Amino acid sequence: MTTTPTIFEKSSEGRKGYNITKNDVGIKLADILPEKYSRKEDAKLPQCSELDVMRHYIELSSKNHFIEKGFYPLGSCTMKYNPKIHEVVVRQSGITNLHPHQPEETVQGALQIMHELQHDLAEISGMANVTLQPVAGAQGEFVGLKIINAYHKSRGNTHKNVIIMPDSAHGTNPASCSLAGFTVKELKSNAHGKVDVEELRKMVDENTAGFMLTNPNTLGLYEEHAEEICDIIHSVDGLVYMDGANFNALLGIVQPGKTGFDVMHYNLHKTFSTPHGGGGPGSGAVGVVEKLTKFLPVPMVSKKDDTYFLDYSHAATSIGKVHSFYGNFAVNVRAYVYIKMLGAEGVRRVGENSVINANYLQTKLKDYFNITHADQYCMHEFVADSSIQKKKYGVNTLDIAKRLLDEGYHAPTIYFPLIIPEAIMIEPTETESKQTLDKFIEAMIEIAHEIEKDPESLHGAPYTTPVRRVDDVRAVKELNVRFPMK
Amino acid sequence: MPYISTTEQERKEMLKAIGVESFKELISNIPDKFVLKEKLKLEPAYSEQQVSRKVFQLMNSNKCTQAFDSYLGAGVYDHFIPAAVDTIVSRPEFYTSYTPYQAEVSQGTLQFVYEYQTMICELTGMEIANASMYDGASAAAEAILMAVRSTRKNKAIIAGSIHPTYINVIKRYTEGLEIELDFVDSKDGALDLKDLEKKVNDDIACVLVQSPNFFGNIEDMFAIEKITHATKKGLLIVETDPIGLAITTSPADFNADIVIGEGQALGNNTNYGGPLFGFFATKLSMSRMMPGRIVGETLDVAGKKAYALTLQAREQHIRRVKATSNICSNQSLCTLAATVYMALMGREGIKEVATQSMTKAHYLADEVKKLKGFSLAYPQQTFFKEFVINTPIPAAKIIEKALNHNIYAGVDMKPFGYDNQLMIAVTEKKTKADLDKFVKFLKEVK
Repeated sequence: MTTTPTIFEKSSEGRKGYNITKNDVGIKLADILPEKYSRKEDAKLPQCSELDVMRHYIELSSKNHFIEKGFYPLGSCTMKYNPKIHEVVVRQSGITNLHPHQPEETVQGALQIMHELQHDLAEISGMANVTLQPVAGAQGEFVGLKIINAYHKSRGNTHKNVIIMPDSAHGTNPASCSLAGFTVKELKSNAHGKVDVEELRKMVDENTAGFMLTNPNTLGLYEEHAEEICDIIHSVDGLVYMDGANFNALLGIVQPGKTGFDVMHYNLHKTFSTPHGGGGPGSGAVGVVEKLTKFLPVPMVSKKDDTYFLDYSHAATSIGKVHSFYGNFAVNVRAYVYIKMLGAEGVRRVGENSVINANYLQTKLKDYFNITHADQYCMHEFVADSSIQKKKYGVNTLDIAKRLLDEGYHAPTIYFPLIIPEAIMIEPTETESKQTLDKFIEAMIEIAHEIEKDPESLHGAPYTTPVRRVDDVRAVKELNVRFPMK
Repeated sequence: MPYISTTEQERKEMLKAIGVESFKELISNIPDKFVLKEKLKLEPAYSEQQVSRKVFQLMNSNKCTQAFDSYLGAGVYDHFIPAAVDTIVSRPEFYTSYTPYQAEVSQGTLQFVYEYQTMICELTGMEIANASMYDGASAAAEAILMAVRSTRKNKAIIAGSIHPTYINVIKRYTEGLEIELDFVDSKDGALDLKDLEKKVNDDIACVLVQSPNFFGNIEDMFAIEKITHATKKGLLIVETDPIGLAITTSPADFNADIVIGEGQALGNNTNYGGPLFGFFATKLSMSRMMPGRIVGETLDVAGKKAYALTLQAREQHIRRVKATSNICSNQSLCTLAATVYMALMGREGIKEVATQSMTKAHYLADEVKKLKGFSLAYPQQTFFKEFVINTPIPAAKIIEKALNHNIYAGVDMKPFGYDNQLMIAVTEKKTKADLDKFVKFLKEVK
């Protein structure tokens, strides 16, 4: 595929891509904008026609992998299919053209959707109440941690400043703890890839504020001792946070709020099928048990008689706000539609099939790749390790990932979790058919053979993508982050 | 079952291949008492048609700003969005793709982000921009955190004239980190320079100013810069309106160090306040201190131009507890809308949008201040597209009565501590006839 010049290189002096109604008030800018406040030199935005712009971005779009193009077995990211009805619904003027400062009586429909979604997420997770304000999983973690902090403060326990988490945790967990002012203590996973309960018991003390656990964990394994873990943390008046990144596996099967977890976030852009958008916007709603409800961000959406309203009644105990308004509303509407279309049986079916698909892949691939914990059934994902291939043939996980791109697949998540040296983390999701999985299995087996026969060729992969293997190091060393305008 | 393609027969085959009789065996390590026995209490499943109908009915009960003349602003603005913007962001190639970690199959996303960064640098006069923050509020908070990191000072001075909600969010982001916040008084709807002078010293990390500020007024950034940079290390952070940048002083001209803001006005719908996106730009010298993703140009192994995420060593997936920010997913698709918008509007179009917004706002202000009982709250200030008026009756009353005329009259300033004041935002979408209709309503309101 040829290189696409930047939009700036397509610019032509005086060309226009806009069509604005003529100004019909007779005021001149020079009369109202004093010289000292006026811009001296124009921002050099491109000058292109609408057709130029359309062709340019359509051409760029053709260089992306996306769900409708091919399988996306990206572990921990839950790249399921995003129903098209979501997009039709959220493009209605009754959603796109609502202003957050409109009087509440003019946005009853929007508030009803938020209220129902708060309820549905609470029901699915077994939590007492849910805020829709956090706009990303990491912001959800931050809110959850602020709530943990507020809880301890309210009890006068300001010394509780340590959050414990396993070494398999997502990078956002420790980063969110730092942002919220907690000290992180890392707990080494046991030989089964799970929380070492005895080590945890030794680690907790009166400074323990809480524990963060991803369940199923990042190896795709259910932490069967979650209840005991929660008991240990609760015994020192700590709170247990569940990172809901992997909640897909539990849908309709386990309600984390009923198993001892106190706070959790949901990645609506994973579990509840709102699109990833090339990196966002997502939505990181947070659910809490009853005793933490009063700390949730303001406002919540409540209902009195038949009227919905933005509820600031707990402002005195609330952690406050983390977003300019009420979160990523248009993203939340998509999750709402998704849940409505699934119903209780559909929700459970999603959970079950995500687990079946992952186990099917694990079973079929375990003879070809080392899967450290293949002695256990996985949940929605599993982690293979190519350390053997690396040692024997010099082919590492990056090579395998890049080779998969040639086959038309997106690569799995690689080099995560950190406790598996050459990790290849595979999450098929429930929306993929058996045929798709079978083809992927074939491709993986073929790669396994290729590693033995022709390891060199893998170092050069990918060959068929819009660009060949990209030099990340050069991107840092010769930093070029803006087009050099003439 | 919607969106699950596995048939009953295939399910059986797969379970058999795995070596189990039933699904239950796969989850046998989940303690049985926690496995749900009853169905979740959710509404029965809707068909696609039923759910469309339900949501459309709910949305029709909303009164959107297209059916009304809206003068609502306070951070989110109703600018016109060309149709081509939605055509591009509606493409699954963009909206169902993941974060561009696999550069070879993400060149579309990576290149538009590179172009976006360039456009933001052009508007702000800065040297490097990231791929987005969540919104203007979190961008402000992250800017303060970066200033603290860069200067190793832990005191931030904040103009009291910034958006009150942003202050709320900034407090959330800084309160656990031993960062001291001090607020500068406002005088006549702008930052009080004398108070700023009093509050700065050699221990400050930064001064954060919004211009146009919460009230819509343009701050005297040259004077503020002098005071800020007279301190030992203090950085100047400016929160600004990206449309306004087209015609007002480039922040580079007053030597701003970090320029941030709410980007929604660039081609994004108001969406009841979300998704929005925050832009974040600064000087190259601070590139390694920045939060968020950054795209750089590089080459592939064959020597062909390519784009990739760069400076990743700052980020949570690498640096974990020491990351510059916890941000992972951002507001990428919103920046795509902004990129396409800026490409369409171009150098002249964005100036036209800014000029029309400002001149129309001033026309309205001129007419309103002639009305009996009404006056400008800050007549001595220069405002951009938003301004505050004193009203003869409580603003809430005006807002309520305006609904009967299909007008959203503006934002009531009472919750922010200002009785009998209404804040009015005007964009290029308004015609003289719209504005005259609003004036006529205000003239008659009792």
